[in-house]
Amino acid sequence: MTTVTADTHDDHHDHGPAKGFMRWVTTTNHKDIGTLYLIFSLVMFMVGGAMAMVIRLELFQPGLQFVDPGFFNQMTTVHALVMIFGAVMPAFVGLANWMLPIMVGGPDMALPRMNNWSFWILPFAFAMLLSTFFMDGGAAAGGWTLYPPLVLQGGNGFPYMIFAIHMMGISSVMGAINVIVTILNMRAPGMTLMKMPLFVWTWFITAYLLIAVMPVLAGAVTMLLTDRFYDTSFFSAAGGGDPVLFQHIFWFFGHPEVYILILPAFGVVSSIIPTFARKPLFGYSSMVYATASIAFLSFIVWAHHMFTVGMPIEGELFFMYATMLIAVPTGVKVFNWISTMWKGSMTFETPMLFSIGFVIMFTIGGFSGLMLAIAPADFQYHDTYFVVAHFHYVLVTGAIYSIMAAAYYWLPKWTGNMYNEKMGQWHFWLSTVSVNVLFFPQHFLGLAGMPRRIPDYSVQFAEFNMWSSIGGFAFGLSQVFFCYIVYKTIKGGEKATDQVWEGAEGLEWTLSSPPPYHSFTTAPEIK
Amino acid sequence: MNKLKQLFAGGALLTFMSSVAHAEYGLNMPVGVTETSRQVYDLHMLILWVCVAIGVVVFGAMIWSMIFHRKSKGAVASQFHESMTAEVVWTVVPFIILIVMAIPATKVLIDMHDASEADMSIKVTGYQWKWRYEYIGEDVDFFSSLDAASNEARQVGSKIDPSTVDNYLLNVDRPLVIPVGKKVRFLLTASDVIHAWWVPDFGWKKDAIPGFINEAWVKVDEPGVYRGQCAELCGRDHGFMPIVVEVKSEADYAIWLAAQKGEEVVAKMEAEVALVEGLTADDLIQKGEEVYRANCVACHQMKGEGIAGVFPAISGSALVNGPMDAQIDMVMNGKVGTAMVAFKNQLNDVELAAVITYQRNSLGNSVGDSVQPSAIAALR
Amino acid sequence: MSSENAYYVPHDAKWPIVGSIGLTLFLGGFAGQLNGTSMAANVMIIGFLVLVYMMFGWFGDVINESESGTYKKLEDVSFRMGMIWFIFSEVMFFAAFFGALYYIRVFSVPWLAGEGSGATTNEFIWSGFEAVWPTNGPAAVGGEYEKMGAWGLPAINTFILLTSGATVTWAHWGLVANKRKQLIMGLAATVLLGFIFVGLQALEYSHGYNELNLTMGSGIYGSTFYMLTGFHGFHVTVGAIMLLVMLVRSIKGHFTPENHFAFEAAAWYWHFVDVVWLGLFIFVYWL
Repeated sequence: MTTVTADTHDDHHDHGPAKGFMRWVTTTNHKDIGTLYLIFSLVMFMVGGAMAMVIRLELFQPGLQFVDPGFFNQMTTVHALVMIFGAVMPAFVGLANWMLPIMVGGPDMALPRMNNWSFWILPFAFAMLLSTFFMDGGAAAGGWTLYPPLVLQGGNGFPYMIFAIHMMGISSVMGAINVIVTILNMRAPGMTLMKMPLFVWTWFITAYLLIAVMPVLAGAVTMLLTDRFYDTSFFSAAGGGDPVLFQHIFWFFGHPEVYILILPAFGVVSSIIPTFARKPLFGYSSMVYATASIAFLSFIVWAHHMFTVGMPIEGELFFMYATMLIAVPTGVKVFNWISTMWKGSMTFETPMLFSIGFVIMFTIGGFSGLMLAIAPADFQYHDTYFVVAHFHYVLVTGAIYSIMAAAYYWLPKWTGNMYNEKMGQWHFWLSTVSVNVLFFPQHFLGLAGMPRRIPDYSVQFAEFNMWSSIGGFAFGLSQVFFCYIVYKTIKGGEKATDQVWEGAEGLEWTLSSPPPYHSFTTAPEIK
Repeated sequence: MNKLKQLFAGGALLTFMSSVAHAEYGLNMPVGVTETSRQVYDLHMLILWVCVAIGVVVFGAMIWSMIFHRKSKGAVASQFHESMTAEVVWTVVPFIILIVMAIPATKVLIDMHDASEADMSIKVTGYQWKWRYEYIGEDVDFFSSLDAASNEARQVGSKIDPSTVDNYLLNVDRPLVIPVGKKVRFLLTASDVIHAWWVPDFGWKKDAIPGFINEAWVKVDEPGVYRGQCAELCGRDHGFMPIVVEVKSEADYAIWLAAQKGEEVVAKMEAEVALVEGLTADDLIQKGEEVYRANCVACHQMKGEGIAGVFPAISGSALVNGPMDAQIDMVMNGKVGTAMVAFKNQLNDVELAAVITYQRNSLGNSVGDSVQPSAIAALR
Repeated sequence: MSSENAYYVPHDAKWPIVGSIGLTLFLGGFAGQLNGTSMAANVMIIGFLVLVYMMFGWFGDVINESESGTYKKLEDVSFRMGMIWFIFSEVMFFAAFFGALYYIRVFSVPWLAGEGSGATTNEFIWSGFEAVWPTNGPAAVGGEYEKMGAWGLPAINTFILLTSGATVTWAHWGLVANKRKQLIMGLAATVLLGFIFVGLQALEYSHGYNELNLTMGSGIYGSTFYMLTGFHGFHVTVGAIMLLVMLVRSIKGHFTPENHFAFEAAAWYWHFVDVVWLGLFIFVYWL
């Protein structure tokens, strides 16, 4: 299509938003959809958090005080599904929706109607997933990793859970396609790939990961469905299959998924640290290459999640070496962030605090990750609270901290109002103290021999569990406080300037706060 | 106010003291009692210290920067943002560190994989929710499940303080017994879902996968009792299938083994007698209660009430109160795709006849008939 | 970007929410059906109809916009990229099933038969089982069956699909050269071949179920065979429907030599199912 056909339609650019509820249902505006994603993610964060509270309550002391072990397993399973697919992923997609078109100087996401659908599948998918709690047999209780044959023992909720995952997958794939097309096709003239902010780069790579692995998850859960309802034997040795086959397929999805949850976080932090260090990001291009290397490596390390399944030794060695390699590009990133801070002129507003918290605590999670990579040692760590501590360090103080940082960083831009800085700082310190009380002792529990996913434990684990629960309740309350801060900022507050932060650079800060309904109707100049 | 302060200080001290008192309960991985476990421990400590060292450097630089390069101290931002040298250095140095770590890790891993030339083999089978140990070539074969005291205390609302129970949740009715100083090979598998067999003091865990056998081995240096748990989520009572291994001197082990064989012979003879002569309904019911408590309560519950939607009730069940054939078929062959396994693989004819009779005449049911072991044997 | 060249951002998208409702009803109904809930099948059918309604509406809107010249170069590029990456995601979906087949044949079946690390597995659990392909597993799940041969219907089907790949390209040449008749004939032939393929596949399944006792329950061979060919057949059906729509639109004169993204998208999709079939023919039927 080389010639432009006659332009007969009206230009719609000056439309403001429609009014009322239907605005949100039918919107194609990237900011509206971004807002929907972010709010949805916050709601799911609270839902998943409530489940975590149930878990920590039952684990507060030895003995079973509150819930049946079966229900406890439902809690751990659905907590993970909700947090991963309902809280963290939609939060990053929300950030992408809000920021990517602005950051590349485009008018909107490339495929706006599909963008709407990507979001509007999610509430239905999660309604379906959560409805399984009320069905015979309750919700899925076999762990979020859905290992057969255990998961096949589920009650009536089983097929609903499978289809909910299919829907989330459809939503994610459409969202990812939109991100890729937006970045490739919607950049303002002069915005070359190597001029894009790192948040755009990390999302670009994340989107490829999503497209590559979400369909694989769909395939895996489809096989679960047919094994249960159509007599297939994929995961049954009697018929020539293998339960471990599921784990291979699942983790082929699952490991890139881990990076789907963390790469955008790298992007966020790489945007925030330079702003508050008042110094350009150190090693921009090495950051891009490091991100790409991590993404590539993520496809060849999956079986480190399954060192104990009894793979042949060649397999274990290969996956151990490949996994250890990931430490290199990840290290490069951390070193670059620190070099960015080095000799800067730093101030410590809330977004910066969360970013620094991210760098430190994500690195701690990275260290335990490196330990877990060593296969013989993993035979001890595997499926213990050491692993639980590890992935909560990278996901809570990693991914979620970066989301908090992003929220504080861009809230003034989104709403036009400054958040209350004092409250923000309180939120940071409450969260940081409590999250460490919550998760740090879990390292010790795991090393001392406490398996994960158990509702009750031997009395020698009592003390650390109590600490952990106390930290958990405090962390939970701190996030309720966060909701209040966000609410208050949306309602009003000191007006934000366009620049918002002294050291901020990038296209989003050239727009008004809040930005106009259509970001760049004419493409901005890129220096 | 002062009093309050004192109270606080006292409380803090008490908490501290109690943590010290419990310090033996491990902040760290156990060194364990095998050559392998010690190697794993050393490896663990090596990586830990490498990580700590890197952490000190990295966080040190960061904290230094946060203290001295802050705007409030008048720091002016430099504008450097690239250094090829630095990038190369912090790519290459970690790479070298990784290689240094990979070498011992590889060595340990290769050792752990070598289960050859074992002195004896034990087949370990995971069930929901107990372990079965078969001594290959010895005709010793038994189940090992959570001990009665823990099991009573762990019920929701039992009001029993777990700290009053010996080895709460880490004790079993029949421990696995192995000899000291012998290379024991484990053949791990499962009958229903995936389990994982883990005794921290041995330095490894391994998945027990239905339909496949994984091998692992252990050579324990000193006699003692070593405890562990199932480490792979295996359903409702995953937290309640501990592992206890008694390591005995060779002489003690031989005595134990002989006694086991004797018991097996007696049990077999009893079963054969029962097969021929039959048992009274009362005997069956009495025996059935034991079998029920050991094998059925985890799902169907103590009073046979089941758990709505997941595990059907026995009390008032149409199946149990209906024709006996259907019930026998269910108990013997199980129901595919559910936690109801084929108990003909786990229980002998007497036990099967007993538990079926018990269910029909107890737990709120009163069908009034009974089945003899011989009838079960005929269906095998 | 001058304002008349500005990127087209549609407003008031009502179809996505219709799609979400349809999808939820369809999958919810399906799940209920699997559980044996009464009336669930009706919900499923309603959901399906809603989805069909959504597609008519959504694609209808887009076609109207396209016909009225709303889309320019940039929008066209967006659609193209979107389609390419959608097809890539489909490739990955099939990769999961091909990966499963690979793992089964190269690892798990030999292990069950005692090769490699499976020596004790075979000795203690499945003694006597030997690794041959096809297999319905050591427990001979599903009973005796016969393998689906490669050189009967499947070979004919391969020929049909490859031919249809050629006819759709021929149609494309016709479209670019503004030869309307060639376009329509080529497309019609492709659609026809597509549906013949699906018909023959149905025949093959009926042969498998009725004469070979080869079912989805025939162990891992039956599982991989029906799942791989089944999902492929489903994709061929979708592709053929897409091409059918393109045929109707060609007859209506929607496409010009310059502006025919929809046709190309359908053609790409068709080539994709073609390539998947080659993989199936080699790894499922032949080897």
